[in-house]
Amino acid sequence: MAELILRRVLVAIPTIIIVSMLVFALQKLLPGDPALLIAGEERDPKVVEFIREKYHLNDPVPVQYGYWVMNVLTGDFGISLRTDTPVTTLVAQKLPVTIQLAVMAMIIALLVGVPAGILSAVRKGTVTDYVANVVALSGLSIPNFWLGILLIFLVSVQLGWLPASGYVPPSEDLWLSIETMLMPAFVLGTALAATLMRHTRSAMIGILRSDYIRTARAKGLRQNKVVYKHALRNALVPIVTLMTLLFGELLGGAVLTEQIFTIPGFGKLVVDAVFTRDYQVVQGIVLCTAIGFIVMNLFADILYILINPRLRGA
Amino acid sequence: MLKTRLALFTLALLTTSAASAQTLRIGLAEDPDVLDPHRARTYVGRIVFTALCDKLIDISPKLEFVPQLATSWSYNDDQTELTFKLRDGVTFQDGSKFDAEAVKANIERAMTLPDSNRKSELSSVDSVEVVDPQTATIKLKQPDATLLATLSDRAGMMLAPAAFADGKEFSQNPVCSGPYKFVQRVQNDRIELEKYDGYWDAEAFPIEAITYLPITDATVKLANLKAGDIDMLERLAPTDVPSVKGDTSLDFVPVTGLGYGSIRFNTNNGERSKKPAGANKLVRQAFQAAIGRDVIDQVAGNGIFPPAQQPFPPSSPYHSDKFPVTTRDVDKAKALLEEAGEPNPSFELVFGTGSANQQLAELIQAMAAEAGFQITLRATQFAAMQQEMEQGNFDAAMINWSGRVDPDGNIHQFVTCNGNLNDSKYCNEDVDKALNAARLTSDVEKRKALYDQAQTILQQDLPLVYTYYQPWPFVLNKNVTGFEPYPDGMVRLKGMNVE
Amino acid sequence: MTETAAARAGKVAPRTDADAPARPETVKIPEIGPTDEPLPEKRHRAVGKFLANRAAIVGGVVVAVFVLLAVFAPLIAPYDPLQTSFLAIRKAPSLAHFFGTDELGRDIFSRMAYGARASLLAGVVSVAIAAVIGVPFGLFAGFFGGWVDMVVSRVADAMLSIPFLILAIALAAFLGPTLTNAMIAIGISQTPIFARLARAQTLAVKAEDYVEGAEAIGLPNRWIVARYVFPNVLPPLIVQATLTIATAIIAEASLSFLGLGQQPPDPSWGSMLNTAKNFMGQAPWMSIFPGAAIFLLVLGFNLLGDGLRDALDPRES
Repeated sequence: MAELILRRVLVAIPTIIIVSMLVFALQKLLPGDPALLIAGEERDPKVVEFIREKYHLNDPVPVQYGYWVMNVLTGDFGISLRTDTPVTTLVAQKLPVTIQLAVMAMIIALLVGVPAGILSAVRKGTVTDYVANVVALSGLSIPNFWLGILLIFLVSVQLGWLPASGYVPPSEDLWLSIETMLMPAFVLGTALAATLMRHTRSAMIGILRSDYIRTARAKGLRQNKVVYKHALRNALVPIVTLMTLLFGELLGGAVLTEQIFTIPGFGKLVVDAVFTRDYQVVQGIVLCTAIGFIVMNLFADILYILINPRLRGA
Repeated sequence: MLKTRLALFTLALLTTSAASAQTLRIGLAEDPDVLDPHRARTYVGRIVFTALCDKLIDISPKLEFVPQLATSWSYNDDQTELTFKLRDGVTFQDGSKFDAEAVKANIERAMTLPDSNRKSELSSVDSVEVVDPQTATIKLKQPDATLLATLSDRAGMMLAPAAFADGKEFSQNPVCSGPYKFVQRVQNDRIELEKYDGYWDAEAFPIEAITYLPITDATVKLANLKAGDIDMLERLAPTDVPSVKGDTSLDFVPVTGLGYGSIRFNTNNGERSKKPAGANKLVRQAFQAAIGRDVIDQVAGNGIFPPAQQPFPPSSPYHSDKFPVTTRDVDKAKALLEEAGEPNPSFELVFGTGSANQQLAELIQAMAAEAGFQITLRATQFAAMQQEMEQGNFDAAMINWSGRVDPDGNIHQFVTCNGNLNDSKYCNEDVDKALNAARLTSDVEKRKALYDQAQTILQQDLPLVYTYYQPWPFVLNKNVTGFEPYPDGMVRLKGMNVE
Repeated sequence: MTETAAARAGKVAPRTDADAPARPETVKIPEIGPTDEPLPEKRHRAVGKFLANRAAIVGGVVVAVFVLLAVFAPLIAPYDPLQTSFLAIRKAPSLAHFFGTDELGRDIFSRMAYGARASLLAGVVSVAIAAVIGVPFGLFAGFFGGWVDMVVSRVADAMLSIPFLILAIALAAFLGPTLTNAMIAIGISQTPIFARLARAQTLAVKAEDYVEGAEAIGLPNRWIVARYVFPNVLPPLIVQATLTIATAIIAEASLSFLGLGQQPPDPSWGSMLNTAKNFMGQAPWMSIFPGAAIFLLVLGFNLLGDGLRDALDPRES
């Protein structure tokens, strides 16, 4: 088992190296001279040249990559060319926001998705199952940005129930913080809930059909007890694994949702940075989220190896 | 029904948020750049600096120069020395004293910092001399009529010398001379300032704290204002003008700015200038006749895009009656195209991405099409567009200029042969002569005559077709009082209050 | 067999706007249900199963309606989608304009009919790009293993660890904002999904007795891949492609929404929404119809994909 885990860790290393190359190449491909952007409306040629020199923009790309990797390895992810803020500071500022959004979306998804999945599995083939499936598919099909716009208009502008956008740190005002994040978390949560529901349903159906549940039923255990005690415990394995993975994805930031609700998390930061050619920020944040994603995957892998009885002996 | 509910809701919010009053929350259309006046380049950045950093002199709503940190100023006879008398008892936000040495240190920094964006503005300055602690003299290489205007903006802002000494990152912890001092910044989210009690005119600023909130989506920004989550916003989307005007809980305060929107044709920069629109001024004249600036004002601007024929806004003394706004005349446009031998000229119009720009571009495309123009549109990121334009890789581009107090800033670098922002590489000796001469005199009448002279040529050649004057439409909740709009679009907090 | 499960996990969550979890998981989702059935070709049974699935039929019909709308847009649209009219700006839906008019007085219904072309084209072309590049890589990696597999898998992992929409945005920004480039950007971003699926399926098929037998009697690799591997890899790929089209349609709308897709004045549902959001209060119909169209078309593809999976993939119950 330890060997299996070690192998997974080793595999992650070349992946991270390739990610770093991809991320670097990606920003090099972006059109538009970042130096021109920093030089502003006036575009003083001397300033432009100074900036090109300062950030090694005149060097060949492999040399620039070398500079960047060396700096990253010493913990220097660069600075925002637009505001001078170090990328590490930005990560520290944005990570709690993104995590809060991810956690709230996940809670909403859990509260809706798992019970719906169980219900659907237990009542497989009935109208309940059918409706739950169509609703879940709808949740997967509705574009987030459209849902976001509609919600802002209905809930904030028309009804005035929730703040339209922005972010309030929980340390400042916990209730207001949750209130502000509720709509975006809901928008994200709809898709997550649908995914969770579908997985829960499949897992439950598989397990309900398996021999030991049939045995348990044959022994005369009541339906409810069977479902909750035996089946659910087994279905938890894939659900927990899936949630770890989904969480890893959410760390990448909810790009459009954050954009529409003006939430200062990773997603908005990266898109704004792409648009303003703030390339050190693009590099730094994409690298961080990709590594976060890989680590969460690794975590899910290990978790799965640990809790899956079939693999425990391996 | 809806309106009353909204009003009731806003009312409820107002009463609940009364406790947290004394903080003014301003919604900005974008996130400011570096908080260092010598390096900064954005309009929203200047809005923040207006609270953070005082300048040697300020402007009035009528664009006259008024005292701020300097109480008076005067030129010597040949206009090569500008002497400032400084206000007594002024301190920086770190408690250190503001004096002539500080003025010298600041101007020298703005001139020498490698990535200073103020360098070219201060290129006429030779040195700064400390006469006594309350008197500083700026010595010039040659007379410079634009200098006072320059010093009434970022180049004249006074930073605490200790905050930028020894290579310190000023932008991460700016210490300045204004009524409000820096507390913290979360990029893309907020900039917080609080009142500096040692400010020389502190009683005139009742508001205790300011929070600037960048909200890039215009609709969301307005929704926040209506919900009471912010107290005022800058740059309302023209599309929202009717809804704001109809809302009794809001004050709509538009002011015509110093800048303009324009269409720049590539007349002389590389291969692409050889197309009819670039090569033949008749085609450009036809284009001007084909578009209706009043239609732009009504359709794209909802009445807040005043038609512009020239680079100087009506508030400027250099605005000339000799160049009235041309009216839309499709037949005349067709006739001009006939005369040019180009009944269906085609060109590509590039513009910065954004739905407002897009709507304007589509409108122009549609109007010009009626005269026979075949315009293709291409939206591109601003940075990429700037680069393409510099390289001559464009036919025509929709560009805005934020505007300057001095007329020179609105025209010289765009149309002179070696102008830094002259992406058309348009070049006319007579225009250069007139515009260069206008830099050397500060006599308004003489300068105006020179500008008229240049414009007479430019209005025929049309390397730039001005479309509208940039408005600064502010919207405030009724509980914000004392706001006075200025043509420079700044939020001056003196006398403002939140009730 | 855990490898195939990993691939299947990718088929579950088609809403990729990077907000939603559509990147196939790198981890192995455990087996669900009976898995030991072989993969025989029982086409008639598959067709029957598909037709029995009412949801799938509905999905197919929805997709078909949009395809017809796109193909016959010039006949169906009552107006020129680019024709502006300053006398009819932001008119509410009426008999003259079924879905109302937009900020330049253009007919929204006509623009949506033509916009269907952009959406369908973006969905189909980008998935074709992804499959044409991804599947061969996956087949080779799965069949030959070794360092080929190592390189392909790691690059796919790396690409998948970058949030899908961010990858697509950066690529679209690099290529320049046009519909074609948006399709290329989306296609490239989705390539690893197909590479990984093809690889996993190949591994599974390779382990089957008949393939091992074919290898044992010395049949050439080319022949084995063509005769045994590819036909067995095909059904899950078709399912994946259908579901990925749904993702791609949303991705195209997202890019156009951000100004990186279809350029004005040509209509696209995403860019129509981008403008429309500024008029939510005064002209809600400008947002409601294009948004609903995206939703319906994507739902159609998802229903269709689900139905195809049930019919083609015997392991899913």
